[in-house]
Amino acid sequence: MPVVMDADRIARTLTRIAHEIVERNKGVEDVALVGIRTRGVHLARRLARTLKEITGDDVPTGALDITLYRDDLMRHDVGPQPLVRRTEIPFSIEKRRILLVDDVLYTGRTIRAALDALIDFGRPRAIQLIVLVDRGHRELPIKADYVGKNLPTSPGESVQVRLQETDALDEVVLEPEQEGAA
Amino acid sequence: MKRLLKGGRVIDPANGLDGEFDVLIDGDRIARVGKGLPIDGAEVVEIPAGFLVTPGLIDIHVHLREPGQEHKETVATGTASAVAGGFTAVACMPNTSPVNDNANVTSFILGKAAEANLARVYPIGAVSRGQKGELLADIAELHKAGCVAITDDGHPTATALLLRRALEYAGMLGIPVIEHCEDTSLKGDGVAHEGFHAAALGLRGIPGACEAMGVERGILMAELTNSHFHVAHMSARASIRGVRKAKEAGISVSCEVAPHHFTLTDEALGTPIPYDTNTKMNPPLREAADRDAMIRGIQDGTVDVIATDHAPHHLDEKNVEFDRAPFGIVGLETCVPLTFDRLVHTGIIGLRRMVELLSLNPSRILHVPGGTLSVGAAADISILAPDLAVRIDARALRSKSKNTPFDGWEMRGGVAATIVGGRPVYVNPAAGVAL
Amino acid sequence: MSTEAPEQGMGLPPATSALRHKDLLGIDQLSAGEIALVLETAVAMKEIGSRSIKKVPALRGKTVVNLFFEPSTRTRTSFEIAEKRLSADTLSIAIASSSVVKGETLIDTARNLEAMNPDMIVLRHASSGACHLLSRFCRSAIINAGDGMHEHPTQALLDAFTIVERRKRLAGLKVAIIGDLLHSRVLRSNILLLTKMGADVWVCGPPTLIPTDVTRFGVRATSRVDEAVRDADVVMLLRIQLERMEGAFFPSLREYFEVFGMTEARLALARPDVLIMHPGPMNRGVEIASEVADGPRSVILDQVANGVAVRMAVLYLLAGGVEHEEAA
Repeated sequence: MPVVMDADRIARTLTRIAHEIVERNKGVEDVALVGIRTRGVHLARRLARTLKEITGDDVPTGALDITLYRDDLMRHDVGPQPLVRRTEIPFSIEKRRILLVDDVLYTGRTIRAALDALIDFGRPRAIQLIVLVDRGHRELPIKADYVGKNLPTSPGESVQVRLQETDALDEVVLEPEQEGAA
Repeated sequence: MKRLLKGGRVIDPANGLDGEFDVLIDGDRIARVGKGLPIDGAEVVEIPAGFLVTPGLIDIHVHLREPGQEHKETVATGTASAVAGGFTAVACMPNTSPVNDNANVTSFILGKAAEANLARVYPIGAVSRGQKGELLADIAELHKAGCVAITDDGHPTATALLLRRALEYAGMLGIPVIEHCEDTSLKGDGVAHEGFHAAALGLRGIPGACEAMGVERGILMAELTNSHFHVAHMSARASIRGVRKAKEAGISVSCEVAPHHFTLTDEALGTPIPYDTNTKMNPPLREAADRDAMIRGIQDGTVDVIATDHAPHHLDEKNVEFDRAPFGIVGLETCVPLTFDRLVHTGIIGLRRMVELLSLNPSRILHVPGGTLSVGAAADISILAPDLAVRIDARALRSKSKNTPFDGWEMRGGVAATIVGGRPVYVNPAAGVAL
Repeated sequence: MSTEAPEQGMGLPPATSALRHKDLLGIDQLSAGEIALVLETAVAMKEIGSRSIKKVPALRGKTVVNLFFEPSTRTRTSFEIAEKRLSADTLSIAIASSSVVKGETLIDTARNLEAMNPDMIVLRHASSGACHLLSRFCRSAIINAGDGMHEHPTQALLDAFTIVERRKRLAGLKVAIIGDLLHSRVLRSNILLLTKMGADVWVCGPPTLIPTDVTRFGVRATSRVDEAVRDADVVMLLRIQLERMEGAFFPSLREYFEVFGMTEARLALARPDVLIMHPGPMNRGVEIASEVADGPRSVILDQVANGVAVRMAVLYLLAGGVEHEEAA
């Protein structure tokens, strides 16, 4: 089970992305972070802390649950509903630059759902996408603005992002194709 | 022609018989009962070992629904159901449409029974004209036309005064007044026994006291008039207590219990099928203490008769909201299995007592023939298989209606064959008696 | 695999991963974990109601029929808003416009509706067990919006949500439910839910309006209102209907208020932070004094607001269907 990013690598990557954010947006005025539940939220909070260290400014940070916008919802005749968690965006997104944060970019469907969800909160000036890992295999025309690591994968493999906040350690693991796994 | 029933265990409480005897039937009569009877040209019917030969069972509380509600049952389908249930005779309730409150209706029913030519049918007349609880029906005329008792069943007799008059009048004719005991003000719009299960399901309750009030009223009127008062379908422990005390006091009172009231409790309202309308009857299924009191009453002799209160209703009438469904279930074809399974095989009663409850006492209470295998009596005989494995299949019932809560029940004990007037009218192919 | 708990700090037992039922017929069928799942999902649903665009596409393409055989403004509108916020197509049928008046049976009405292939039917009916009957004959998911005197599960769920929102738990709270207990479906659902979640439930009313053997539900019953209210964390009042006087359940509304009506003076016995609840519609001056209904401890309007979120949660969770192995 190859570890493709360890804790140190993740930390350095996030710092690099934070600098790119400042550079690209010429500061963090009008910028807000929205993490996609679950791990995108933790990454967004880490980025907010780093941005504060760099700029001295507080960047508003929210959490977005995209479950109710998923395009595979209700498409199975049977099966339990995915858990819905709370969306917390305690600021107006109107006219802001929204930095949408997720751990892994894969088919692009999660991001499509997140974009739809965000638009329901108002009309931001721009939405930029931050991902820790881009593993390819896009099914929708979606591209990230900030990528921590481009990781070539085969569709059968699985990318696991583990973070201290939920998993007690920081690492990104590429898991091989599992026998019999559907 | 002659038939010789050979090898069965004959149980005839009226003649004190219980043992291996042969029964010779000559035409429509019983010719001889004895050990090792000569064949003498008779057709021999071998009765398998362990099977019972009893006087024909009589159900004194049946709704045949004809005239007027032939979509539920007819005299023909009802008597077909009766003989399949081991009954050679049934007494049918007058709450038909029109009500059996005059000789024309009585004759009509008897005509239909003769046409069907299965079980004997003894009509029961109404107490009041149209069962409206106001004027007395023409009771003597009803009696002359063939009615064996009177009742306003379906409802209690409207007032104590009317019940008193009915008892006095029926007493003159030597027939009993059968009473559906209920205090209608206490019943209100209740649909189920007032207890935990009705409370949990949000169903309006009918307390046991509602029935016992009617029982006590009837007992007092029986004492006042010195006439025979019969309590129909008793369900509440307070009712049993009342009847027991009245009997001790020498009052002329008798009573019946239906199989569902010695078998089920109000727990059936919620399980296995919640709000199953086949658990809705009046009186309702009561709590375990009441059910147990019925069993004790059957055991100690307080209860005189097991009667089914066979109440057919069409599927469409039962497939509705619980509170809108009609009260009642069919019972003719489940009575014998339930009696064997729940009372005999559990050791609560013996076979002799079973025959008293289902044959001898019914005949005595209604003063109708039968109830015995005496020489010269009509050859109305039930052949019962106490150990037969029976599975109730509602769809296979002979009754036109299938409203039973016992669908799918597996029980021990059933009917092998039914003989009315010397003629086999039902043979259960599963039991193996060649008739 | 470790996952973040959906909603921390609700003080509820661990939520199950799914509501494994075709229908919601009553609280009776739900486990404590399933109740927790509904309440936690409702937290997320409540947030949607605070957005400027109060709509998510979750039930897009689903058809929900609100079949109301009893007049009900509150419950029906609450369900309708919940359905619309989830983007379901909704159709409301009230008794006056239905064919019931023409003598059609409930089953026939439902079968006719089913021919139009709805996904869910929300049923309000005057007969206890009507939802059970419908569920035996319908493919659609049936949601009980109140059946006779039996259950009103979404009301109990929204009541629980409202309590948890304020008190962060249900276990150990003393909840006093006072009023017409006998005829109340709200009572039955609430005592089932609250006892499953470990609350200390007291019910109180005139003896004529207490159901038979109510203590077998695991609640304490009393006709002394002071005993019920003393140290209560929650006081829930149930509606007293004028018609009940005709059944001789109590002599007069005035006397009812004298003996059982909830006043500030009586509430002095309760905990200082007691929550006052009422499923509505209220009879001011009968079961509840206006000063109590409109007072600072009243969460009656919160109940109404939370009703939408809880019903969204139920609609969403049932829309997923039942897993094969559970259905088998």
